[in-house]
Amino acid sequence: MSDLLADVQEQLWAPAGMDLVRAEGLMSQLLEGLVDLGELFFQRQKSQSWSLEDGIVKDGSFSVDQGVGVRAVSGERSGFAYAEDLGMAALTSATQAARSIARQGQQRQVQAWRSPDGQRRYMEADPIGSLADADKVALLARVDALARQQDPRVSEVNVRLSASHEYMLVMASDGTLAADIRPLVRLDVSVIVSQGGRRERGSAGGGGRSELALVADGDFAENLAKEAVRTALVNLEARDAPAGPMTVVLGPGWPGVLLHEAVGHGLEGDFNRKGSSAFAGRVGEQVASELCTVVDDGTLQGRRGSLSIDDEGIATQETVLIENGVLKGYMQDKHNARLMNVPSTGNGRRQSFAHLPMPRMTNTFMLPGPHDPQEIIESVNDGVYAVNFGGGQVDITSGRFVFSATEAYLIENGKVTAPIRGATLIGNGPEVMTRISMVGNDLQLDGGVGVCGKDGQSVPVGVGQPTLKVDEVTVGGTQSS
Amino acid sequence: MPTAMMDVRESEAALKQLVSDILAEAERQGASAAEVSVNEDAGFSVTVRKGELETVEFNQDRGFGITVYHGQRKGSASTSDSSAAAIKETVSAATNIARFTEEDPCSGLAEAQLMPVELPDLGLFHPWSLGTDEAEELARQCEVAGLAQDARIVNSDGAQVSTQQSCRVYGNSHGFVGGFNGTRHSMSCVLIGEDENGMQRDYWYTLAREPSKLESAQHVGSEAGRRTAARLSPRGIATGRYPILFTPQMAAGFIGHLIGAISGGALYRKASFLLDSLGERVMSEHVTLRERPLMHGWIGSAAFDGEGVATREKHFVNAGVVENYVLGSYSARKLGMATTGNAGGVFNLQVEGRTLTVDELLGEMGQGLLVTDLMGQGVNSVTGDYSRGASGFWVEDGAIAYPVDELTIAANLRDVYCDIVALGDDVDERGNIRTPSILVGGMTVASQ
Repeated sequence: MSDLLADVQEQLWAPAGMDLVRAEGLMSQLLEGLVDLGELFFQRQKSQSWSLEDGIVKDGSFSVDQGVGVRAVSGERSGFAYAEDLGMAALTSATQAARSIARQGQQRQVQAWRSPDGQRRYMEADPIGSLADADKVALLARVDALARQQDPRVSEVNVRLSASHEYMLVMASDGTLAADIRPLVRLDVSVIVSQGGRRERGSAGGGGRSELALVADGDFAENLAKEAVRTALVNLEARDAPAGPMTVVLGPGWPGVLLHEAVGHGLEGDFNRKGSSAFAGRVGEQVASELCTVVDDGTLQGRRGSLSIDDEGIATQETVLIENGVLKGYMQDKHNARLMNVPSTGNGRRQSFAHLPMPRMTNTFMLPGPHDPQEIIESVNDGVYAVNFGGGQVDITSGRFVFSATEAYLIENGKVTAPIRGATLIGNGPEVMTRISMVGNDLQLDGGVGVCGKDGQSVPVGVGQPTLKVDEVTVGGTQSS
Repeated sequence: MPTAMMDVRESEAALKQLVSDILAEAERQGASAAEVSVNEDAGFSVTVRKGELETVEFNQDRGFGITVYHGQRKGSASTSDSSAAAIKETVSAATNIARFTEEDPCSGLAEAQLMPVELPDLGLFHPWSLGTDEAEELARQCEVAGLAQDARIVNSDGAQVSTQQSCRVYGNSHGFVGGFNGTRHSMSCVLIGEDENGMQRDYWYTLAREPSKLESAQHVGSEAGRRTAARLSPRGIATGRYPILFTPQMAAGFIGHLIGAISGGALYRKASFLLDSLGERVMSEHVTLRERPLMHGWIGSAAFDGEGVATREKHFVNAGVVENYVLGSYSARKLGMATTGNAGGVFNLQVEGRTLTVDELLGEMGQGLLVTDLMGQGVNSVTGDYSRGASGFWVEDGAIAYPVDELTIAANLRDVYCDIVALGDDVDERGNIRTPSILVGGMTVASQ
């Protein structure tokens, strides 16, 4: 860790003339306002993306964003300002602004600096440079050709490759001095197929915290191209979806967006501190069927939602949220943990230096259960089998949530039959979780495309689950029986 | 202390110089054409929750983006750093991208003769001389009014006051450089109510370019409280097909899906359910969608679009028929048409049609669903298939009967746009799409 810290200081601080003495000077100014926690968050992120359509790589872009977020916390109050300029004048001004909220609290001395000796969850090398630009362009062309080869009905292909590399360093008055280097790559394929007058779209994507070889090597890209075309062709045959309450079987992997919406957000510490979540004050209660154990785990190697340390310098961990249906605890950042008198769970995340950190998910998934997936489908006489989803949303106060199926089938007499058009499923999180009656033994994590939005801030996340049977969810099709 | 805010107008001359410097660097590095946009924003927001100051956040950003063209190849780059060294590196990064992209016959700047010669003053800049202490007091008054609205309002997610200034300058190698300044001020309140059937939340907000046009703190708070209390103890309804009345806030999204479907990017990618709709009837014949980019002080006003093309008033849909697509120069070339001055989207879209009072609308609906909230992304822009989570109120005998929740509404949008029965007289003037309530004949409603 100390080598990494030195690397990041060299990269982030040295070009701007910043060093530990100057940063400590800023921290002392911040603490003059009698604050409970003072924090400086330094960040630089480089991103590059390339996109192909109409068979040519027609666009590419590159960006560099850097700055420092300055936060002062006093009781329940937070003051926040940031500077894109690492010069002392701009940083001093941001520091003065952030501490303007402080009117109470303990005079803090900075604790002795200490860095977490957390394990590294990904490589440090810059993924943008991990593949020559000419090879990136060639990769996009290869994916385009692969998609078109799948079927003559493929009429449009869009491919996008993106990579980013982030340096972050956080120092806080509790003694935190921690740094991280974070790679992230992603490849997305979207196709349109046409038959007669009908057109349908299919898409697939994947990636993680790794170098571009992850998506460029082996059959990764080919599998995405095949998957995008397959889902589009399935939807060409889709009939109108049913409307009303039904038994729904959810496939493994990405359908875990169910958990992200139905329980994940409702178990974030801030909503529970404020009593605004349907799960507030329910630790120790049965909130899901006994088959359900749900965790948030930021430690998985190379996953899109993983972090070696969170944005407050706390090592990530596996946090058990629900165990055999019983609510065990919430996801916490430092601020909410302090006010709720519990430890941080390493879930303090922020979109960038220009945003305040808050409790956020990393990789959230359900552990496998006892049932064979085939047995689950065979147990349903009349229902829906949903295997792919667009996205979801939750109202954490009432608990109602939606997620939108993009590939789904009818189940008739224990067999998966006709594909149905995309439909939104709606339910109430705490109710739906108690209606999970079968859990498969086939846990899968998603392919690495999740983006979670909260209070206007986006962060990359992972989801996952085994095959699940929910005894009743409202299916929002057009065919009311 | 930045409680007395900077004035971004003072930056405009510097930003114009920055645009010229970046364009000169692009030319020096061999670009045959280039375009640059620079933005500077400054402001703060203050949140009060349960009577106590919760957050004070200051923001101040300056960033630029450049696109360089080397013949028909292009590359883009952006950064938050405007130092001389960063300009050089960023132009170089864009130039490097353009070495690897492929010839695209449609790429390039918009035509020079389309740029405005003179820029009208659209009256968009009205700074608010507001300190953070005053903002805190306003937010506190707002929340107090909301909490007092109903005894069942038991919790709050806070009231927020925000003031923002921005300056945007765009220039390209045709020699066009244009800039404009704007302000946006807002106040919002989110409340939580609870009764024996659980908790519900709702909110209200006011947004304007002029502080004097904001609704009062008391009004915002009590409206948030009234809405939250009205949602308590929701029921379900029988699954079936019913008339749907969208509030203006929900109608804006409903109209937005149509604008997306007649936008150039979706059309040339064949990713629209309204392909080849120019000259075709796609909405009920009393409905007109008119763009008014040059209105004084409106939220979406702009004298030029994202590539410097002068904006102009026009109809996208006139008496139900598509009269113009929504095009920038690139999508226009892909479709063999001319740009409509809509690079970056529409600027103040006004929805007009057969208008009734809201009471008359409810009366005409008789029995059906008033939708006040929609959830999720269940709109397929290729097929027009629409299925979203909804909540609102059940309407019986032309009057609101009780709150309903955990519903979905579904249909194909092509059918629904032609089934618009009437509009209300309650236009929401806060957004870029200015629409009243919209009554449609029928959609499938699913419920437990």
